[in-house]
Amino acid sequence: MHNWLLPEYIEDILPAEAQRMENMRRRILDLMRSHGYELVIPPMIEYLESLLSGTGRDMDLKTFKLVDQLSGRLMGLRADITPQAARIDAHLLNRKGVTRLCYCGPVVHTLPAGLGGSREPLQIGAEIYGHAGLESDLEIQRLMLESLAAAGIGRVKLDLGHMGVFRALAEMAGLSGEAESELFRALQAKDVPTLKALSKDLNGNVREGLLALPELYGGADVLAAARRRLPRIDRIDRALNDLQRLAESLGPLVPDLSLDLSEVRGYHYHSGVVFAAYAPGSAQALALGGRYDEVGKAFGRARAATGFSADLRVLTLVSGPAPQLSAVRAPHSDDPVLGEMIRALRAQGDVVMVELPGHEDARGETGCDRELVLRDGQWEVVGLRR
Amino acid sequence: MSGITIALSKGRIFDETAPLLEAAGIAPVESPESSRRLIIGTNRQDVRLIVVRASDVPTYVQYGAADLGIAGKDVLLEHGGEGLYQPVDLNIARCRMMVAVADGFDYERAVRQGARLRVATKYLRVAREHFAGKGVHVDLIKLYGSMELAPLVGLADAIVDLVDTGNTLRENNLKPVEEIMPISSRLIINQASLKLKRAALQPLIDGFASAVTA
Repeated sequence: MHNWLLPEYIEDILPAEAQRMENMRRRILDLMRSHGYELVIPPMIEYLESLLSGTGRDMDLKTFKLVDQLSGRLMGLRADITPQAARIDAHLLNRKGVTRLCYCGPVVHTLPAGLGGSREPLQIGAEIYGHAGLESDLEIQRLMLESLAAAGIGRVKLDLGHMGVFRALAEMAGLSGEAESELFRALQAKDVPTLKALSKDLNGNVREGLLALPELYGGADVLAAARRRLPRIDRIDRALNDLQRLAESLGPLVPDLSLDLSEVRGYHYHSGVVFAAYAPGSAQALALGGRYDEVGKAFGRARAATGFSADLRVLTLVSGPAPQLSAVRAPHSDDPVLGEMIRALRAQGDVVMVELPGHEDARGETGCDRELVLRDGQWEVVGLRR
Repeated sequence: MSGITIALSKGRIFDETAPLLEAAGIAPVESPESSRRLIIGTNRQDVRLIVVRASDVPTYVQYGAADLGIAGKDVLLEHGGEGLYQPVDLNIARCRMMVAVADGFDYERAVRQGARLRVATKYLRVAREHFAGKGVHVDLIKLYGSMELAPLVGLADAIVDLVDTGNTLRENNLKPVEEIMPISSRLIINQASLKLKRAALQPLIDGFASAVTA
């Protein structure tokens, strides 16, 4: 029995990688702060009802549960920080105007998602509460692109969708509950044969609309096709206009922008524009986001909301191998001149490791690429062969 | 990998896929049936085939090891379909997922009585959902093959399996008693691949789709 083995899909992040992830975390959080996003640190565990408010069944299955010894109530380990941020906005801050929040912390999932999928993603994200217009969608999408750039991932593909289209069609068809969920799942998989079977009793133009959705993906020309093929009702027109404006505003920033009208999210809390960023080399989206105005309702205070989040572990994987550590080795010495020199090097950002006596033969393990040596009474930094 | 990788399995699915590949303009440089190679080139520099076990096709595609794949609905239901688009029913390798019992077994009565049925199958997920949908209690026994044997030797009351002509059932004194669903093969696509390589994938998808409807 190896006591030190970790459970499946749970991992340690080792030095070089951990440092890089931490640098990435700092750069992104600093970027968010510079845009006026306030950092919040919600708890790892809380009562299950509050964690799952306004979310769907997927989230319930993803959440590890335990019993609180103090209250006897069921608690959950958070599987997503977004609902926690929504709770904070709705009940603790109680602001009337716009609130911008950001966060970074681990979440845990009962099941891994995707390849190299960890059951303990390190979620980083930002949310805007209290504004229902496209301006906030645009701001959050720009922030997502800048965050990815700050993580060293510049060439991304942005994919836009709009939950309003599917919601409008489902409403026209008078569908709700299980029937709507089944259609939703089939649409998510662009599963045309199943959509055909599920929609066979629906009214003609609603059915045509639903069956058109899986084919409505691609470049900006999708919008023209959508206007031709979808029922002309106000809610759908508005959704398509939203997408058009977003595509026009974001086009210059993202060379590779696509639209997908059957892109509907697993979390049932999304209500408007949804978006995802992809990059070559990753079989899953790097960052996801969208509008979820309906979550606030579950917390008793309807607040418009839009946001995005990403997993720092995935971002670290995609941005390539970690660079080698660079550090200066210094001997242990009481020489005040050396002490001053070390302080100066550290102040300018160098890593200086003082070698403790007795371990000279394991020097190779430390990763030092330079050394402080005394030459003609002067301390100087010289390069080391690795 | 900047090219396109298509995951396929040998046997019936491959035989019936070959004409569809051809319609999409793809010809393997050697036959997967005779070759021992697992990666097979095609007439197109940017397209290669990988030959995997049928039940592994969705896994390769889900994780992006292949961009496209051809998988039976039976296999997709067991896999769950996460991370996959499945837009086209290729209408090949058609058969039915059925419940079958031994000739003398009164299935209707056993179900009505509400007794626990012992069901042997390779398709746990499908069987579980089917019987749950009927409100019948079942104990599932996972088998990897020769399901037909289970009711004959008292291992199970019923089996859930794919039935094509029904000859194997008849020869083993079994009878199909309930159709769970019709099965055929689907074109499946990795979701991120479709986003990232749409320009290259779309003509292939359209090629497959038009070959089916033609």
